Amino acid sequence: MDNIAIGVEDLVVKRGHRRVLHKFSCTVPAGSVTGLLGPSGSGKTTLMRAIVGVQIVESGKVTVLGKPAGHKDLRREIGYLTQDPSVYADLTVRENTRYFAALYGLSAKTADAAIRDVGLADHANQLVGDLSGGQHSRASLACAIVSQPKVLVLDEPTVGQDPVLRDELWHRFRAFAESGMTLLVSSHVMDEANRCDRLLLIREGELIADDSPAAVKQRAGTDDLDQAFLNLIREIGAGVKS
Amino acid sequence: MTLFYTTARILRQLRHDRRTIALLVAVPSLLLTLLYFMFDNQQIFNHLALIMLGIFPFIVMFLITSIAMLRERTNGTLERLLTTPLRKTDLLFGYGLAFGVAAALQASIVSAVAYLFLGLDTAGNPGWVIAIAIANAVLGVALGLLASAFARTEFQAVQFMPVVALPQILLCGLFVARDQMVGWLQAISDVLPLTYSVEALQEVGRFADPTSTMWRDLAIVAGAVIVALIAAAGTLRRRTR
Repeated sequence: MDNIAIGVEDLVVKRGHRRVLHKFSCTVPAGSVTGLLGPSGSGKTTLMRAIVGVQIVESGKVTVLGKPAGHKDLRREIGYLTQDPSVYADLTVRENTRYFAALYGLSAKTADAAIRDVGLADHANQLVGDLSGGQHSRASLACAIVSQPKVLVLDEPTVGQDPVLRDELWHRFRAFAESGMTLLVSSHVMDEANRCDRLLLIREGELIADDSPAAVKQRAGTDDLDQAFLNLIREIGAGVKS
Repeated sequence: MTLFYTTARILRQLRHDRRTIALLVAVPSLLLTLLYFMFDNQQIFNHLALIMLGIFPFIVMFLITSIAMLRERTNGTLERLLTTPLRKTDLLFGYGLAFGVAAALQASIVSAVAYLFLGLDTAGNPGWVIAIAIANAVLGVALGLLASAFARTEFQAVQFMPVVALPQILLCGLFVARDQMVGWLQAISDVLPLTYSVEALQEVGRFADPTSTMWRDLAIVAGAVIVALIAAAGTLRRRTR
């Protein structure tokens, strides 16, 4: 049990009248990068919100680092990047990051390191509202990693980033995992899925694969992860109909 | 400490918004000047200006805060803040403090204009007028924070101004003296906090030294602030649908 950072058991979540997650169960090993993949509307963000503890859940159990999700002690241990950047547009990158650092009792120096980590050192004194879309979401990322959390939940962290920056960010995520951090990263981009230790493939609120990228490809009978993804989704879809 | 950092953060946001600062500082003074030229009679102006010194910060801070808090909700920073160790009350009292500082600046300038250029005269010390104006601003902040919980868009948020602020302004004794109102209107007026801050201002206008009525009124306003802030904290949910 020690090496499991996040455990989800029979999680049911309704949003409006729609059931988004149906008795969903999965685990995320500690110190790994786990990719969360699935078509849009499949429940990725809802699952992440449940793990962070901001989602009202119908039933089921979500455990993070041995504590129920949303537990007070976990507020210091979890970093969360929302899909839409959630930083103050009327503050500079530095002011934003320093504020979030200060909430954890961390110094301005730590904040500046986080800004460097996301490649925004040259824009630290710019207002977030004046940044490009990609820079804006990196400013948000800086505020998520600034607390050096044990568990980092990233909802589409690389959307709108150019290939060079994406590569740099993934190297950074890898380094975080090597230092013992657990990362859960949702993505649409398959070359990113290849960089994960494990993949959780989710479709209409149900887990359809939980394996290493290599095993997912093997099961789908193709070397191309994009194709593997499609194959698995269609295979399950066909199974449901028949 | 997170209260302090949150206050500083809100003030920094305000500092980057030069136009808002200019409006905050200039508009009440201009309106008061307008009022000055509307009435030839210095006594009527004295009476109205004193009440307006309390009403301006109340309205302005109510509007600013309800929009600021709504922005926290809609751009996701509120949800993010609630995943950090920040306490809900630290966030809300942070708003109260930060906009209280802004109100202190506003009240000092508009009072200076009123006393130095428009001939405002009170028996009591102008310092008390400024203090009550700040208390009123914080009351506006607290009610704005609470009201923003019931608004989902900016359109709705600004609509709460007439709902929450206007009845208080109508019934606070500005238009009709409270003792001339029919019983049930007076009863409503009795439970609206702005009534007491206006009464406190009138006490400062009439008497050289702080009266016990003024102290009681200030205590009532402070109590209303605390109640509204705690109620607002109750509307902040860490978990949402």
